[in-house]
Amino acid sequence: MAKTLFDKVWDAHTVAEVEGGMSVVYIDQHLIHEVTSPQAFDGLRARSIPVFRPERTLATADHNVPTKDQHLPIKEELSRFQVQKLKDNCDEFGVTLYGLGHPKQGIVHVIGPELGITKPGMTIVCGDSHTSTHGAFGSIAFGIGTSQVEQVLATQCLILQKPKQMRITIEGELSPGVLSKDIVLFIISKLTAAGGTGFFIEYAGSAIRSLSMEARMTICNMSIEMGARGGLIAPDQTTFDYVEGREQAPQGDDWTKSLEHWKTLYTDEGASFDEEHRWDASEIEPMVTYGTNPGMGMGVTESIPEGGGSASFEKALSYMGLSEGRTLENHPVQYVFIGSCTNSRIEDLRLVADFVKGKKIASNISAMVVPGSQQVSKQAQEEGLDKILSAAGFDFREAGCSACLGMNEDKIPAGAYCVSTSNRNFEGRQGPGARTILASPLMAAATAIEGKIVDVRKYM
Amino acid sequence: MDKLNQLTSSCVPLPIEDVDTDQIIPARFLKATTRLGFGENLFRDWRYEKDGSPKKDFVLNNPTYTGSILVAGKNFGCGSSREHAAWAIKDYGFRVVVSSFFADIFKGNAMNNGILPITVTQEFLNDIFLAIESDPHCQLSVSLQEQMLEITSTGKRTSFQIDPYKKMCLLNGYDDIDYLLSVQDKIEAFESTRA
Repeated sequence: MAKTLFDKVWDAHTVAEVEGGMSVVYIDQHLIHEVTSPQAFDGLRARSIPVFRPERTLATADHNVPTKDQHLPIKEELSRFQVQKLKDNCDEFGVTLYGLGHPKQGIVHVIGPELGITKPGMTIVCGDSHTSTHGAFGSIAFGIGTSQVEQVLATQCLILQKPKQMRITIEGELSPGVLSKDIVLFIISKLTAAGGTGFFIEYAGSAIRSLSMEARMTICNMSIEMGARGGLIAPDQTTFDYVEGREQAPQGDDWTKSLEHWKTLYTDEGASFDEEHRWDASEIEPMVTYGTNPGMGMGVTESIPEGGGSASFEKALSYMGLSEGRTLENHPVQYVFIGSCTNSRIEDLRLVADFVKGKKIASNISAMVVPGSQQVSKQAQEEGLDKILSAAGFDFREAGCSACLGMNEDKIPAGAYCVSTSNRNFEGRQGPGARTILASPLMAAATAIEGKIVDVRKYM
Repeated sequence: MDKLNQLTSSCVPLPIEDVDTDQIIPARFLKATTRLGFGENLFRDWRYEKDGSPKKDFVLNNPTYTGSILVAGKNFGCGSSREHAAWAIKDYGFRVVVSSFFADIFKGNAMNNGILPITVTQEFLNDIFLAIESDPHCQLSVSLQEQMLEITSTGKRTSFQIDPYKKMCLLNGYDDIDYLLSVQDKIEAFESTRA
């Protein structure tokens, strides 16, 4: 029978069926961070059980960490305690930790791929909804709650209902200035913030296949923003080239054997999906969001739609200080944030540095670039990107989740507009009262230079 | 985990759509390392002014509305995977959340903490909101065993879906981890076939 990519990976990890239709699914790789793991370790202690397969869990500290002076103790007491707790738990249970100060520390969804931990055909979970990022390698990867973190620590398995499957096909060529972030913001604006709920999404089509791994990760990363637990892309030569030679990639005979297997990971001709969508890449323009969920997005030349008097829509616009029927072009902005697990990889930093080289950010703008990991930061410095960015007026920070989620020191003040390359424009996400406009790294860079939202295509 | 079967209670209406977990519990309150005390900060930024004084127009600050059932607009619990959202709802005193649509991760987290998420049609959800509007003390009656939800004042009833395994867990107070630990031999056998 014809199988989808998802079916193939799912079937290879099914341990047993549970009465009533759920399955026990084996998890190849578990990633943990300081925020959603302490209560799970407490659960193990309460049951007096060990971590079942400690070699399959990797920990890092990312959500709470400051992005300045990381060599100093964390100033905020609760953050410092939570990061310390992670270290204590990892020591006690024998879990490898790339903690603050470690050369491999970084945002959990950035370090997995860059270390070669994320590979095709795996099952990967983490107590973080953006775990969907790792689906870019043709893996089943999704976010879980803390009770499930405990289950994976205790048994390396989860009890899951097999999700419905959706395929989204994007064919054709992207216009200059349009990035993978625009593709995914476009898709979410069409399907809404709930349109993918209950589904796993396979992204396909020539426009997707032409993307780099970094760009594919950006798309899979935001699958959760339409409610889908995860998204995946069939591995191809681009994937294999990215993985080959990385620290934890298979070597020698193992590599040959793995490659042989990975080449079977695609959706068979004739396999069926519960839902299919198809768009042409040429329809997509640089995107911006105008509301308080990622589904409230539009092309930069479009106008905010009429909400039909819905209370939730009006609440969102009132929070954003925007009104129906207007565009966001030329809208003044005070902050620009380039970072997060969506857009903080070396390719993102290169794009931004290339764009701002020789330019200066506008005087009304405070702009920050936060690399996704120590390794990204190191590479950026080796390539001189930090100098270019600093010369243009950007604050080049140390690695972490930073202003994506208002949990560490990096926050956007109440009422201020921030064009952000992150993934969520929820009320208060970047700090109480902060107004987030999601966009691509190029759109964010152009906003920083002009001090207002512009269509980056005019520079192309 | 706490058992749940029958519950009859007045309810708290929150007719807002796409309520995300950053509203349920903002990230800055995720620094605790236990499961307790999150109820205090449930809907923090909708519930309190910056100075900590209650916002009068928010439903949790209106003494008219009480009870252990929260009734919310569609796509409740979207966004982050933080189980703290479920802990906050439970800690505040809710045992049942009714909506026309739940985000996946929240739904799973809720059930893993003894909270029953009940999905009803948009029409039935509107009926509940109307019933609360005409009588703020109107009660909902839930039977998990029967998979039935009733608006007691109008007698309108609806059945609801729940996975049989998750139903058994809620009725008996079982955690997934109990089940998984009981099949550890199968897990080890699975591992040995892949080596």
